[in-house]
Amino acid sequence: MSAFVSLLKRDMRLAIRVGGGALMGAFFFLIVVVMMPFAVGPDLGLLSRLGPAILWIGALLASLLALDRLFATDHEDGSLDLLMMGDMPLELVVAAKAVAHWLTTGLPLVLITPLLALMLNVEPKALGPLMLTLVVGTPALTFIGLVGAALSVALRRGGLLLAVLVLPLTVPVLIFGVAAANTAIIGPTPFGPPFTILCGLSLMSLVIGPVAAAAALRHGLE
Amino acid sequence: MAIIDLANPTRFIALVNRVLPWLIAVTVLLFAIGLARTMQAPDDYQQGATVKIMYLHVPAAWLGMMAWGIMSVAALGTLVWRHPLADVAGKAAAPIGAAFTFICLVTGSLWGRPTWGTYWVWDARLTSMLVLLLLYLGVMALYWTADDPNRGSRAAAILSLVGAVNLPIIKFSVDWWNTLHQGSSVFRMGGSTISPSILIPLLIMAIAFTLLFVTLHLAAMRNEILRRRVRTMRLMQAQELAEAHS
Repeated sequence: MSAFVSLLKRDMRLAIRVGGGALMGAFFFLIVVVMMPFAVGPDLGLLSRLGPAILWIGALLASLLALDRLFATDHEDGSLDLLMMGDMPLELVVAAKAVAHWLTTGLPLVLITPLLALMLNVEPKALGPLMLTLVVGTPALTFIGLVGAALSVALRRGGLLLAVLVLPLTVPVLIFGVAAANTAIIGPTPFGPPFTILCGLSLMSLVIGPVAAAAALRHGLE
Repeated sequence: MAIIDLANPTRFIALVNRVLPWLIAVTVLLFAIGLARTMQAPDDYQQGATVKIMYLHVPAAWLGMMAWGIMSVAALGTLVWRHPLADVAGKAAAPIGAAFTFICLVTGSLWGRPTWGTYWVWDARLTSMLVLLLLYLGVMALYWTADDPNRGSRAAAILSLVGAVNLPIIKFSVDWWNTLHQGSSVFRMGGSTISPSILIPLLIMAIAFTLLFVTLHLAAMRNEILRRRVRTMRLMQAQELAEAHS
């Protein structure tokens, strides 16, 4: 377990320090959300209705963009090979990296959401549910993206391939995330069912993601 | 002949060459019977003749999903048993499955225009079929980008297994969001609700489509084996040339 924690700390330190680009995801999120009103117009009523959807799309793209470097830097300097040869199971290594990645890119997204929600005129009473869906949903995005990151580093291709592989798999998360957030704003339907399904999707990706990513690394880098 | 004997590509190609003409003949015959029965099948009292699109649409949807199942089994074969033909089977199934899914979407959209009044609705079932198509394209993209076929096939095998999780979501999405698309009516509790006059041609078409898939898949596997041989021969030739020059 101590190996898990030290790997987690190492990855977070690398992400936070110069060149890590932890906050780049949050900046990207900010810019995507700011671009949206330019596209759909400054109508506050429309923006408040689209708010959760815009925020979710922004979070999805931001977490996807940051995934590109998840294994690539470690692969370039050789530390990934060391980690693969170490005692710790590769699944745990991969999970530790994903948790560190979420803490440094996913969590900042959630934390700046209130500010962006304010700009999109999302009702204050919807803010709580919206943030809750993002807290629960963004780990799922990270862990699904983990598989894509592992596959693309194994093939030494990144960028667009990663997006093509990962985006279709995130559809259910997006559907239930936005659905749960919208129930607090529009829907007469209760918040519970879509939210619990979102939790289920997150837990499922928590299991599938590390196993599949570890398999991809093992088969790809041998 | 055990399955292990088929691991020899030469023997596999010999078998395919022997079986393929018969398969093609049976497939053509079944399509002829199925299409003839389809023409004789009664029109719907509301939808008129457009209901006949169903005889292409439904089997294409089934095959689109079945191809992913075959890819998943092939993926297990690649990753667990390292069967040499498994990755060939997986690679050959992907474009065919994508084509059937595409046919399903196109016929569905042509059918939707007169029936629902629109080419496309963002209904759960349509959307999950579209996601399936996108997943097929993702797998095909993986095969294209890999410079080493072995590495690419293993990566695609992992993606196929991860994507297999998506198949149940497609199947049960009908029950989750019950919108414009009608519920499943062929296989359900308490027997089929379709009249035999429609069900029998539909089943004949389904078998014809399945045989078409098998035919195309076997031919594609043979082509893939031959393509890999050509690649190996080219690499050997290049190596010989390089050695001759050095």
